[in-house]
Amino acid sequence: MQPSDPDSTLKILVIDENPIRRAIIEAGLKEAGFTAVTMLANTTRLVDHIYNLDPDVVLIDLENPSRDVLEQMFQVSRTVRRPIAMFVDRSEKSEIEAAIDAGVSAYIVDGLKKERVKPILDMTVSRFHAFNRLRAELDEVKSALKDRKIIEKAKGILMKSRGVDEDKAYDLLRKTAMSQGKRIADVAQALVSAVDLLKDQG
Amino acid sequence: MTEKATIGTARKREIHAGFIPLSDCAPLVIASELGFDRQHGFSLALHREASWANIRDKVDVGALDCAHMLAPMPIAAHLGLGRATVPIIAPMALSLNGNAITVSTRLYEDMRAADEPATLAGGMQAAEALAKVVRTRQAAGREPLTFGMVYPFSCHNYDLRYWLAAAGIDPDNDVNIVVVPPPLIAENLKAGRVDGFCVGQPWNSVAVAEADGVIVATKSQLWAMSPEKVLGVREVFAEREPELVRDLVRAIVAAGRWLDEPANRKDAARILARPEYIGVAEEILARPLTGALKCGGHQADIVDPDLVVFHRGFANFPWRSHAIWLMTQMIRWGQVREPFNLEAVAERVYRTDLYREAMAGEKDAAPASDYKPEGSDNGSSHPHFFGGERFDPATALTYLDRLPIRHAGAEIEAFATLNR
Repeated sequence: MQPSDPDSTLKILVIDENPIRRAIIEAGLKEAGFTAVTMLANTTRLVDHIYNLDPDVVLIDLENPSRDVLEQMFQVSRTVRRPIAMFVDRSEKSEIEAAIDAGVSAYIVDGLKKERVKPILDMTVSRFHAFNRLRAELDEVKSALKDRKIIEKAKGILMKSRGVDEDKAYDLLRKTAMSQGKRIADVAQALVSAVDLLKDQG
Repeated sequence: MTEKATIGTARKREIHAGFIPLSDCAPLVIASELGFDRQHGFSLALHREASWANIRDKVDVGALDCAHMLAPMPIAAHLGLGRATVPIIAPMALSLNGNAITVSTRLYEDMRAADEPATLAGGMQAAEALAKVVRTRQAAGREPLTFGMVYPFSCHNYDLRYWLAAAGIDPDNDVNIVVVPPPLIAENLKAGRVDGFCVGQPWNSVAVAEADGVIVATKSQLWAMSPEKVLGVREVFAEREPELVRDLVRAIVAAGRWLDEPANRKDAARILARPEYIGVAEEILARPLTGALKCGGHQADIVDPDLVVFHRGFANFPWRSHAIWLMTQMIRWGQVREPFNLEAVAERVYRTDLYREAMAGEKDAAPASDYKPEGSDNGSSHPHFFGGERFDPATALTYLDRLPIRHAGAEIEAFATLNR
């Protein structure tokens, strides 16, 4: 998009408490040539911010409880200069579903053509999805790390109590897991919990 | 949020329900935690949501089948207010009462200075003290007070406005009314961004504990056994899965019965305190749930088993007269201008027929009528309704016309021809 494109002047307000996702969205909007972008993390005095900024488009993540503040604002027209409607009201059902599925909602000023806003919402939805994937991967890495730690701990317990070496200890865990149809990490967790319990009572 | 509700997945006895972290989400949480869902042959998947707008939108697209809703929400959806959605019906109510009005310490001291007996009496009388403060501030040219509530189409909004207007305070001109998300309300009170608010529990008790707020009125003081939350269900879901919805109603009624055993309220507080539900200290949650409320300031503690009601007194019955009262307030405050027939909307949205069907054969299943009058001489054991007021759903417009203050845009006359 060329900087001369009139859409680059659309005033966009992004309300998102998550700093990483906020950065991803901001970069996306800048890359697409939107220059009048304001990012808001803190929603105190949200009404004042919107009044001063007079945005054309407001994007807000669905986990933000301040969505209800926006709804009220747009109900009472005297608090904003221009009436604002929910973008989804003029969209296809599939677009609404996509936005909600991604976890974002958009509001636009009355009279603004849907086509002018669609690229913004499409970009935001896809970046929200990217962020969700990122978070899911991070969770996976975290839980893998946790699994490894607990397996190490369980191995240590077995090595000490059964007088076996590390490989043998792991083998014991693996065989137990297989025979019980469980994950090695779960067997390790059960062992560690049991030992902790016995320790507490001792 | 990637779960899809039961659309398309044939005959899965699974229901996705949304809730907002408030004490009165209890019937859904208890139905799931204590297995009333499985006893009725289905599984209830609960989704905690951050805003009422989310609840509305997710029910609209079918990401949720049903939800913990503010009693006016399905009506607002039907009237296309706020945002048009697919039709949502209320086959049952989840709870009565539960709200309270809390003011900042500063405002409380002003109210006591203006009229100590009225302030200490609380309830409707406390508004008299507030009215004196408002008039003194106006005479001195000071900024109007700001009150918070949670959503435009909520009983909190209507309760607060009714309370103010009954004392001669015009909610649209004498004070500012803003929306504040409940979890942020104590912080806003502390920071002086709001001077008072009307919200559900536990957030009043949180404000008393954390921000020295003072509870000056409870909903049970304003209107005994008054509407608050309903189960909002997508109409298409109820049509497609009538048996499942029947089981859902029965399971939630069972949860309501359990919750109304006083001995169980402490257990309910313990369960609701968990982070996946409300995530507020058990001790604070227990106060309003057990009916023993610390109000703060110099206000006497309240002991009232009706602070929140989940089943008894036909609490789960979706009274069409409640729906009509809510509509009178929507008209009064200018939220709806286009005339419509109140009774027709009540019949379409508050589905007493579905409730009766689900509860058929049970003892004390449902009242004989879908409508009941409210007020001093209707013979009920909990008679009071906003001081000495009376409300007869058959003459709703006359009642509305009698109310002291209304929004400049309210056009009651326009409704007359459609409501004879």
